[in-house]
Amino acid sequence: MTKRDYKPLAKLADLPEENRLVSGHRMCAGCGPAIIGRLATLAVPDKPIVINATGCLEVGTTFYPYTSWAVPWAHVTFENAAAVASGVVEALDKLSKEGRAKDAPVIAFGGDGGTFDIGLQALSGALERGHRFLYICYDNEAYANTGVQRSGATPFGAATTTSPAGKVIPGKQEWKKDLVGIVAAHHIPYAATSSIAYYRDFINKVRKALSQDGPSFIHVFAPCTFGWRFDTSQTIQLAKLIVDTRIFPVFEIENGTLKINFKVPNPKPVEEYLKTQRRFAHLFKPENKHLIELIQKNTNENWERLLRMEAAGKIF
Amino acid sequence: MATVQEARQKMMELTGDQAIAYGAKQAGIDFIAAYPITPQTIIVEKLSEYLADGVIDAKYINVESEHSAMSVVIGASLAGARGFTATSSQGLMLMFEELAVASGMRQPVVMAVAMRALSAPINIHCDHSDFLSTRDQGWVMMMAENAQEAYDQTIMAFKIGEDPSVQLPVMYSIDAFIITHNMENVYTLPDETVSGYLGVRKPIHRLDPDNPMTFGPLALYDSYFEFRRQQHDAMMNAYRVTKDVFVDYERMSGRKYSPLKNYMTDDADVLVFAAASTVGTARQAVRKLREEGVKAGVSGLTMLRPFPVPEVIETFSKVKAVAVLERMASLGSPAGPHYMDLASAVYPQLDVRMYDFVYGLGGRDIDSQMIARCAKTALSDAEHKRPNEVRFLGVRE
Amino acid sequence: MSFNKRYKEMEMGAVIPACTGLEFKTGDWRTQRPVIDYKKCVECLICWALCPDSAIVRKGTKVEVNYDYCKGCGICSVECPAKAIAMKREEV
Repeated sequence: MTKRDYKPLAKLADLPEENRLVSGHRMCAGCGPAIIGRLATLAVPDKPIVINATGCLEVGTTFYPYTSWAVPWAHVTFENAAAVASGVVEALDKLSKEGRAKDAPVIAFGGDGGTFDIGLQALSGALERGHRFLYICYDNEAYANTGVQRSGATPFGAATTTSPAGKVIPGKQEWKKDLVGIVAAHHIPYAATSSIAYYRDFINKVRKALSQDGPSFIHVFAPCTFGWRFDTSQTIQLAKLIVDTRIFPVFEIENGTLKINFKVPNPKPVEEYLKTQRRFAHLFKPENKHLIELIQKNTNENWERLLRMEAAGKIF
Repeated sequence: MATVQEARQKMMELTGDQAIAYGAKQAGIDFIAAYPITPQTIIVEKLSEYLADGVIDAKYINVESEHSAMSVVIGASLAGARGFTATSSQGLMLMFEELAVASGMRQPVVMAVAMRALSAPINIHCDHSDFLSTRDQGWVMMMAENAQEAYDQTIMAFKIGEDPSVQLPVMYSIDAFIITHNMENVYTLPDETVSGYLGVRKPIHRLDPDNPMTFGPLALYDSYFEFRRQQHDAMMNAYRVTKDVFVDYERMSGRKYSPLKNYMTDDADVLVFAAASTVGTARQAVRKLREEGVKAGVSGLTMLRPFPVPEVIETFSKVKAVAVLERMASLGSPAGPHYMDLASAVYPQLDVRMYDFVYGLGGRDIDSQMIARCAKTALSDAEHKRPNEVRFLGVRE
Repeated sequence: MSFNKRYKEMEMGAVIPACTGLEFKTGDWRTQRPVIDYKKCVECLICWALCPDSAIVRKGTKVEVNYDYCKGCGICSVECPAKAIAMKREEV
């Protein structure tokens, strides 16, 4: 196994200049996943091999005869990015030892739909088997590519095209699945959450993840200007706001021990975040105010839970 | 009695599953995806034994479902490895999505299928419904009659799929339990002969940081059709390549393969058409019929895809009637899968009359008397110019 | 977007060599364009890092907008710590 040990980067100027996800792709102006695709592949000096599940990042960048990837890239189907990546990693391990191929870090990208829902089985199998690859779930909280239908990652109360806010039902009634908890329960060396507003955190987490000797997982929050209905220029601001309200805690679990990276000493109330996107607009009607209180309560409880987990030492 | 070539080979006692594992072991596979399903389990178990004993140097991945089995093999193939997996029935159905993907991505992976009935109701016994259901997914497909053929086809499959003019995935099959779990004498080639014949896989394109390429893009209505058209050419090339490989293989082993295995067909009035182990039973039926003065012959299918149209036309042109035996009920179709392939092959050039008989579903036994009766029925129906109707053999009606 | 290659002229199995997407200029998507005031720019590279379209070209620590591809999202303008990027409406 090729030894990889990427130390944290000090400054953006230390990143390679030449892009690995180049211009000309069809993703929306201000697309969160596009920023993730760019930065994750740029994070390490070695050109990574990318395995991409079906979704915005895949469809928006590869469109015969055009491709926006400067690195080796493969898309197979929707639910099997982790399985395909497993095959690639192991094959490269053998072939590189025999001089038939060059080894490279492998990054698998899946959206929330392709990871939380349909891709969960393949992800679980790959993590259990311990293949050495990084799975990045770019979470825009819906099946964005097919028209913003709800997924297991859609937050409580959000309006999507299959969980619309109507006269009787005010948006999605289920709470977001705790995917990082599920992933950490596979006892992998490294699992983390990140937000592109904290790009240095994200880049260094990718570097740390690719330095592991086994599987790693990063759940990165990816605001979707089209799906959530906000101005294209606000992508990073929203990615910051969700961390500042403690709705999306940024933490890492390294060898089973949880550490919260941003303590957010003065959290903003959840309304600050909810009011910025039309998908939550219905929550501000008088009859739905209790739902915002529920979201605040859930956010607080989740935060308390993370603090307890952090204090408990090695938990996975 | 052994031919000269067979004298140089090792005669081993192997079940169908074991024969496949042995062939895969010799074939220099880089990568195996393993998920168990009765009755293919012995294939993956045997391969894991070889691995544990250091007999093979391959990556062996125990996947968490058959869908992932095909996915990891496709991934390994994209990285440049020679990949192999095996499955049956429900497993084949679960990975169905990935079959057309492997073909569309032009990855020459090889898969052995133990042909078993499809649920529901759940049944683990011999039935061709699983294998035949995948016949339009763009794989080269062969059917093995016995453990010897299973061993031989394992080796041939890699040569066919990896040919530069083919670059298609290859599937081949054996009967569940009848062949998978029955021990036969199998002549195996020396290791060096197989490794010399197959060599190491040389992919045309692969995931390579020094030559980055994009695999599996979106192809809209202005390009998708052309890629399917490419696959059609590849499949037509596979017909020629498979026959070339059969010739090579005869030179190495002394065993002659052809897309259609004909037995006593030259002067036959009626043919029995069958596939897999039933071909052997049909030969027995035909010998009995000959004793009774009925001029019968057997045509056994080896090459399912691409379908060997020239061989079928040549063989069927000389006969009056054909009894087509199907181990799959293509519910709602005018006839079963083999009949439909055959009828499309011979129409309108020949006016031979063919009659369809569905048998053996869920492992229901078929014997030579039943087959002999079919042949006589077919002959009589042909004389009376009756149209085809799908008939069922051996079911309590 | 259509093209007219025959099937034999097209890559086997739709495999594409890297970066052919650069031929597709997305600059005509935008309704506003970023303009960098170099007197204020501190060369922090944040705009380069956060542009979803890689439309800010970097040479060392110097940046320049590539108007062939810029979709005018405005992220660079919002995120620039030196307030050196202004968004100007495109003329019709």
